[in-house]
Amino acid sequence: MIVAIGLLVVLVGTVLFHVYSPWWWTPIASNWGNMDDTILLTFWITGAVFIAVMLFMVYCIYKFRHKEGRVAHYEPENTKLEVWLTSITAVGVAAMLAPGLIVWNDYVTVPEDAVEFEAIGQQWSWTFRLPGEDGKFGTVSMKDMNPDNPFGMSADDPNGQDDVLIEEDEMHLLKDQPIKALLRSVDVLHDFYVPQFRAKMDMVPGTVTYFWLTPIRTGEFEILCAELCGVGHHAMRGTVVVDEQEAYDEWLSDQATYAELVEEARIRKENETRLAMN
Amino acid sequence: MMVDVPVAEVAEVELYHAKSYWTKYVFSQDAKVIAIQYGGTAVAIGLVGLVLSWLMRLQLGFPDTFAFIDATDYYQFITVHGMIMVIYLLTALFLGGFGNYLIPLMVGARDMVFPYLNMVSYWVYLCAVLILVASFFVEGGPTGAGWTLYPPQSITEGTPGSEGGIILMLVSLALFIIGFTMGGLNYVVTVLQARTRGMTLMRLPLTVWGIFVATILALLAFPALFVGCIMMTLDKLLGTSFFMPEMISLGQQLEYDGGSPILFQHLFWFFGHPEVYIVALPAFGIVSDLLAVHARKNIFGYRMMVWAIVIIGALSFVVWAHHMYVSGMHPYFGFFFATTTLIIAVPTALKVYNWVLTLWHGDIHLTQPMLFSLAFLVTFINGGITGLFLGNVTVDVPLSDTMFVVAHFHMVMGIAPLMVVFGAIYHWYPKITGRMLHEGMGKFHFWVTFLGAYTIFLPLHYIGLQGVPRRYFEFGDTAFIPDSVTTLNAFVTVVTLTVGFAQIVFFYNMWRSYKHGKVAGDNPWGATTLEWQTAETPPGHGNFGEELPLVYRWAYDFSVPGAKNDFIPQNMPPGPDTNNH
Ligand code: HEM
Ligand SMILES: [Cu+2]
Ligand SMILES: [Cu+2]
Repeated sequence: MIVAIGLLVVLVGTVLFHVYSPWWWTPIASNWGNMDDTILLTFWITGAVFIAVMLFMVYCIYKFRHKEGRVAHYEPENTKLEVWLTSITAVGVAAMLAPGLIVWNDYVTVPEDAVEFEAIGQQWSWTFRLPGEDGKFGTVSMKDMNPDNPFGMSADDPNGQDDVLIEEDEMHLLKDQPIKALLRSVDVLHDFYVPQFRAKMDMVPGTVTYFWLTPIRTGEFEILCAELCGVGHHAMRGTVVVDEQEAYDEWLSDQATYAELVEEARIRKENETRLAMN
Repeated sequence: MMVDVPVAEVAEVELYHAKSYWTKYVFSQDAKVIAIQYGGTAVAIGLVGLVLSWLMRLQLGFPDTFAFIDATDYYQFITVHGMIMVIYLLTALFLGGFGNYLIPLMVGARDMVFPYLNMVSYWVYLCAVLILVASFFVEGGPTGAGWTLYPPQSITEGTPGSEGGIILMLVSLALFIIGFTMGGLNYVVTVLQARTRGMTLMRLPLTVWGIFVATILALLAFPALFVGCIMMTLDKLLGTSFFMPEMISLGQQLEYDGGSPILFQHLFWFFGHPEVYIVALPAFGIVSDLLAVHARKNIFGYRMMVWAIVIIGALSFVVWAHHMYVSGMHPYFGFFFATTTLIIAVPTALKVYNWVLTLWHGDIHLTQPMLFSLAFLVTFINGGITGLFLGNVTVDVPLSDTMFVVAHFHMVMGIAPLMVVFGAIYHWYPKITGRMLHEGMGKFHFWVTFLGAYTIFLPLHYIGLQGVPRRYFEFGDTAFIPDSVTTLNAFVTVVTLTVGFAQIVFFYNMWRSYKHGKVAGDNPWGATTLEWQTAETPPGHGNFGEELPLVYRWAYDFSVPGAKNDFIPQNMPPGPDTNNH
């Protein structure tokens, strides 16, 4: 009796906790609402199974607990029942898998009109790059990377001259503009994760990974690293700001291109040399 | 089941006999002694893993409170904790511990077929454990790369223990695998070759089926980890670039070039996913037998249960990359692995149905083993369900690497198998020692452990859903994480410590009952399998007396209509008392 009640309490407690839990997903800020929908669907289907099986167990424990004189039934198998149960389960599983695969197809198929930006992870900070007016990223290489050239831009690639280099951990995106995030890492694995966007993907040194999304509301969101990357993993934070057009343009105009940065550096150097000569 | 299978003649093999205390109890070749050695060592190192979990929980529950836990320590704790729990505790305990004790007894053999190899297996395992422990004492401490040991970070600066710690970890794993292979070959060959007369494969108790298939999985899966470990060791020590691309580590250009970090992940998870079933299948098998014995009813759908074990085992080799949906592997793999993963849910669900259907019209004795079996069902169903979330590629995107994952795998492969471990100990302790465990203490232990563990992990799903990431030393000021998460974390920590200390009652019970427990007799539960039909309890060297038992029936003849007792041992010949089954 106590055991049946105990399990019933566990069941009811679980359901109540689910319903009243103050912890639930953060309000979404991207087009991936269908991920949330798939989660909800999965909650409904699996929740129903959980409740049904638990109730069945509770009933059995209550009804068939040992009493003087009780004799168990002898029933080795029941093929019909098992076929039924298997079929129903298969249907339930398919009902979750199908939408899952459809959404995944969306996730890995980047729309034509998506604009690209690059997020670069390194222990333990983020930097970003935009392709500039030509829409093309210049070549980068680890060999060229140094404090004067933190992005490793190659000086003679014409595509790179207008690349916008953002050497701080704040990135701006334009609302309602589909974007493709190209993800790179300089050192170990990292993972670009903004809970409100739902999307995430590892950044792997030696290759470029990606995902895409469309921000659907303005605001400031935290970027977290979601792949263990050493002692600073938890402190590897950044910010992504979703702007309306005007604010976005203003932000963009404050950012420097590679060519501008090179020019700036040249002037700085000239000044230094001049100072030194005087 | 109902038909009598003709009895095959297996010649008796000369049994090894120990001559001194040392060869009898220390360098023993008797599977029962080796089982205790394996089990004892696994539990001892498991307690280290448990203490590490307390330290982690202290940090999560009360950040900025404990000066002696910094980020380096925290990452080392999660890594060693995870590794210990999965490999050195659960794998060793189920296969080396229960496997060694139960396989020969249940199949009706005098011992494992290669007793000497079996002994070496244990000592190699012990070395592996000691090396793992030693990594706490080398400079830089143990590795803090996470139990997944992903390169490049596992062998580059910026990760704790990236010098000595990681090497010791890799060596220890390699040794573990070598030791396990010796034992594993033994278990497989014993099941195939040393079954007693009449013990057909389809008469084996499910415990043996579970351990048998799990061992085969392990023999096929561990080599992938083994080569991964060797390759990583070469990358670290000789500067090869199997897993190491060109990279700049903390401002320093390294010599590596052209390797693939994702290759390691494939190797790791080709092992790592079957590993889940290496732990789960023995638990499945054991719990099936516990339910049948204590509900006095045959396991429902025995043949289905056997096939489900085999099918799950086979499928477990084609789902590994569901751990890698967001790893940067080719995204189209997602379609394949999500499909295989959800397919595996079907035979798994079937097993669950058959377990609960075993209760239907049973005569349920709410003994400790039954209680823990029920606890297994609850936690396994719960954890299995959240597996359907994470396996379904799209749903995994927001949830991966959050606390949801931590909650899921603890429920399904931490707590659920542990419930079976407890149930199994309560069930077989009387056979191993000849005494019953104390029931009152057992009840207390059960309620605190089951309700406590469930309370620890249930809410973590929800903060994971909210986006709280895993492997975070602290959350700092993060806008989307409300203060209530900290409160919850503190609460969970308090429950963790309570559950942890309640285990003292369990150990005390084991210790006390050894001398003062109620004398058990040969077959206190009225079980049908052969280990309960031995001439002495605990069984002596050679397990069965003069003659090996002869098997006439399956392991589940409970409550057979017309039979005299509500159980018919497997070695009971057909006769008037058995209603001729
Ligand atoms: C009540 C007992 C346990 C508690 C309180 C506990 C607690 C924890 C905590 C707090 C973490 C770190 C979470 C994070 O920051 O990411 C963790 C990680 C882990 N635990 Fe446990 N644990 C327990 C038992 C187990 C068991 C029995 C297993 C066996 C499967 C297990 C396997 C793991 C694994 C594999 C990890 C992941 C390590 C990593 O991220 O590299 N734990 N546990
Ligand atoms: Cu990172
Ligand atoms: Cu990280």
